[in-house]
This record gives sequence, structure tokens and C-alpha cells, in this order.
Amino acid sequence: MKKLESTLSNMVIVLSVVCLVSASLLGFMYGVTAEPIARIEKQTLDNGIKKVLLDEANQDAQINVEVREDGAFTFYEVTDAQGQKLGTAVKTAVQGFSPDLTVLVGFNTEGDIKGYEVLKHSETPGLGANCVNWFQKGGKGDIIGKNPGKNNLTVSKDGGEIDAITASTITSRAFLGAVNAEYKQLFGSNTNANTGATKRVEAAENDSIKTE
Amino acid sequence: MEYILIVISAIFVNNVVLSQFLGICPFLGVSKKVSTAVGMGAAVTFVLTLATIVTYLVQQYILNPFNLQYLQTIAFILIIAALVQMVEIILKKVSPSLYQALGVFLPLITTNCCILGVAITVGNGTYNAQGLEDPGLLAGVVYAIATAIGFALALVLFAGVREHLELMDVPKAMKGTPIAIIVAGIMAMAFIGFSGMV
Amino acid sequence: MNKIKILLNGIIKENPTFVLLLGMCPTLGTTTSAINGMGMGLATLFVLICSNVVISALKKLIPDMVRIPSFIVIIATFVTVLQMIMQAYVPDLYASLGLFIPLIVVNCIVLGRAEAFATKNTPADSLFDGLGIGLGFTLALTLLGAVRELLGSGMIFGVRIWSETYGALAFVLAPGAFIVLGYLIAIMNKIIKKA
Repeated sequence: MKKLESTLSNMVIVLSVVCLVSASLLGFMYGVTAEPIARIEKQTLDNGIKKVLLDEANQDAQINVEVREDGAFTFYEVTDAQGQKLGTAVKTAVQGFSPDLTVLVGFNTEGDIKGYEVLKHSETPGLGANCVNWFQKGGKGDIIGKNPGKNNLTVSKDGGEIDAITASTITSRAFLGAVNAEYKQLFGSNTNANTGATKRVEAAENDSIKTE
Repeated sequence: MEYILIVISAIFVNNVVLSQFLGICPFLGVSKKVSTAVGMGAAVTFVLTLATIVTYLVQQYILNPFNLQYLQTIAFILIIAALVQMVEIILKKVSPSLYQALGVFLPLITTNCCILGVAITVGNGTYNAQGLEDPGLLAGVVYAIATAIGFALALVLFAGVREHLELMDVPKAMKGTPIAIIVAGIMAMAFIGFSGMV
Repeated sequence: MNKIKILLNGIIKENPTFVLLLGMCPTLGTTTSAINGMGMGLATLFVLICSNVVISALKKLIPDMVRIPSFIVIIATFVTVLQMIMQAYVPDLYASLGLFIPLIVVNCIVLGRAEAFATKNTPADSLFDGLGIGLGFTLALTLLGAVRELLGSGMIFGVRIWSETYGALAFVLAPGAFIVLGYLIAIMNKIIKKA
């Protein structure tokens, strides 16, 4: 077969056909993968909620989740199978060293931190990325069991009681800022920390909701 | 104030070449002489700004409303390719002197990943726009220009070092690209010093 | 042409990273660990094979003047397909490679091979060329990632080799990428050109 000449009609036809075929292929693939993508996102969130609110031995327990959104915050109020209130997981995204540091924190009804999970981040590997484990139970900056209403959850450099991630003060401040802001949004009272709040939170403070 | 933060952060803290690794090919390819580096820097600034404006508008008014986000990559690369071609034709007609200065760099820009990279970052709104509730077109453009300046800065500095490097006595296996890449590494280390600024 | 020869050509003699010096952005940007480097390499391998075969099969049907735009559309299609598949089935890897997946479109290796090889050879030969170049790229990225991970955090593929206290953080950060790559290319120069 001879190679097609570069006439105007040939060029227009070929380009349109190529674009059309690829657009329909993409549309088809989007249809195929949309469902698994949505499922995985939901699964990650469900597991995250269980992980931050339930005890380790109890991860398979049946829970009911009620979702409520308020500005930059999403609340997941969790009750167990008997209808007993277990606490609330709060999700928010803040600016860390890079944008979009998304943190899910579980508070029990007293406001004590039951657990946390970093759902999404693009912090520097080896530095800020350590926030995934740094503040967990047994980690160097353990915040589990602490209560932002009673404890001063800021880095020690700012007079708080939490050790910042080595060489990543910016990420640590952002992370603890998110935790304090979530507590504040959830319980509507001032936290003990005075540097934790972000601009966005102060704006939203007036319409915060009391849950207890 | 927010815009100043975006500028400083894009030029120094998150320098597009030395910390985000975008546009490495032209960074290594056209950095043998300071004069060509300046030309390339100018061409990138021009195209990057234009491309960001057009792709942002397409994202906001075509892709998002019709739920076609999955066509983002393909739409953006086509826009950039067409835009580069158009700029070339217009420059040739309107300002032959400017065309002479930038012309040779334009075809290279289509495959410069910092253009597509920045277009996607701005389109998705995932850049360092600290303190801005809703980064709109203006913030995106400021970010694009600052990124391009960061690119030009790194390119020109690097070309300056490489001009001297030509005359140095380096081991045979290290001559040319290897030593240049290592020098780029040392420059990146210097830029890490800016990281506490924003 | 001999298929094995085409394959080996891409892995050693025309290794995209160490010899041709193409596709430097993902090479430096994604190799913070061996597994990330390998993931990026395999993603590029997939796109490279698909685009090489399709472009080679269609080479007679595409007029010369619109060659480049058609190639770019074809490549971008495969990249987007890959992006959706990864998001659906390997979300963790997708998250850690981030922006560099869509940027495969502008990776000079892919367009370069389409121009230099696929337009001149049969689809079968192009398949092996894509496989060879892709494997060469994957090997180079995995090696670079492994060296950086080892020097930076004392691990390879997440397996601890020595204590983290001996790790030099700089190797995980941006400067380490340049420095390790520079030395690897120098070593390859020494081996390939002298031997």
C-alpha cells in the first residue's frame, strides 16, 4: 500500500479519525475504571475511620457512620451496632510543605485523640513524609490519647509539648495545626494551643457546631 | 502578600528544575552557553504564561462542567502543541527580530515537560498557594510566570558554571554530561537552603 | 533484523538513561526508592510498547505533515488509559508517582522511538524495540532508585540493609538524584567505552 499524501482533506480526515477513536477509547476506559476507583476511595476512607476510632482488636466490628460536611471539614460520626456513640472522625486538608496534606483524626466523645491517619500527602520522602508514623502511638511525637482542649498540641519550638519531626518543622506545624483546627471545629471551644489555627478556621469559627 | 509568597516559593523554594525535576531535558541540553540559556529562558516564560492561561480556561469552562477531567492530558498537550506552532507563525510575521532570537527554541518547547507539568498543576489547583482560599486565574498566572523565572534563573546560572567547566581538567569518564549533572546536584543542594523561607 | 538484537540494543547499547540521556525528568523525579523507580519504568514500558506497535501499524495511513500531532494524540491516549488503570488497581503507586504519570506524554523517549524506529520498521520489530528500550529504562530507574534508597535510608525495596542512622538524607532529596545519576553515567562510560 502506498503512503497517504499530505493533502488537506487527507490530513483533516486522519487527524479527526485519530482524535475520535482515542476519545471514544478513553470514554470507554473511563466507564470501566470509574467504579473500581470510587470503590477504592471509599474503602480507604472506611478503613481509615475504623483505624482511627476503634481499638486494634476490634477492627472488624460493625459501625454506622453519619457524614456531615462543614466548609473545609468533613465529620464522620460513628456509632456502634448498639447505637452507642463512639466518637467522631474529622477530615481536613491543609497546606504542609506541599499542598494537600489530608489528615483524618478520630476523637472520642471526650475529645481525646483515639488515632489518626494521613490520607494523602506529597511531603518530602524521608522528611515531612515521616508524619505518617511520627505522631502515632509509640512514635517520637506521640499524640494518641492527648486532648487538644487540655494539652498544648504544638511543637516544642512554639512552646508546645510535641516533638517536631526532625528537620521538618513546617510539616509538623501544619499537621498539628490541622489536628487543633479539627478539634476546635468539632467541639467549638478554644484549644489550648494558640498557634494551631489556620486562617480558614478562624473564618469558619463563628458557625461551628457543638456535638456534645 | 499572598502573591509575593507564591513568587518566592516558585522561584527559590520549589524551583521547577532543581527541586521538582521538570524541564530537565532543556536544562541539560541548551545550557552550554549563557546567551542561548537566556534565549531559552525567555521563550519558556512566554509560552508557559500563554499556555497556563489557555489551559486554565479550558479546564474551568470545558473539562470541569462536562465532567471530562479524564481528557485533561490529551487536551492540554494538544493545546500546547497548537499554541507553540501558532506563536511561531505569528512571531515570524509580526516581529522577525524576536523570531530570530526565540525561533530556534520554540519547537523544543512542546516536549518541555515543565509546560505540561505547570498546566496540569494549575488546572488542578495543586500548587503552593498558601493562604489563598480559591486560587483563581490570576494566582495561576503569577505562579506560571514565577515558575518560568525560576527555570530561567536555574538555566542561566547553570550555563555560567558550565562555560567554566569546559576548561577544567576532569577525569575522562566524567567529562561532559556526568560532571554537569553532578554540578546540578550541588546547585540543588544550595537551593535547599531556601526551604525555610516560606 | 534479529529480534534479540533489537531487544539487547535497547537495554545496553542505546540505554535511554545512561547512553541516550533521554527522559531525565521522571528519571530524577521518581527514583526516591527502588520500588518507585521500577513502577515508573514499567509504566513507561507499557506506553512505549503500545504506542510503538500502533504507530508502526498506522504509519502508512498518517500523512507526513500531521505525523507529530497524530503521534502525540496516540501516546496521550495510552498514557490516560494507563493513568486510569493505575488509579483503579494500584492506587498507592499512583499516588507516589503523582504528576509524572501524565508527563509520560512529553517523555522524549516515547516520541523519539516513534519517530526514529516505529515509522521505519514493522509492528513486530517495533514491539521488541519498545520492550528493549522500556526494559533498559526500567533497569536504569530501578538501579538509580535502589542506590538512592540505600544511601539515603539504608534500605533496598523496603528491606533494611543497615541502620537508618548511617543514611544521608541528601540522597533521598533533590541533590542526591543528580549526584547519583552523574556518578552512574560516569561508571557506565567507563565500562561501556573501555570494555
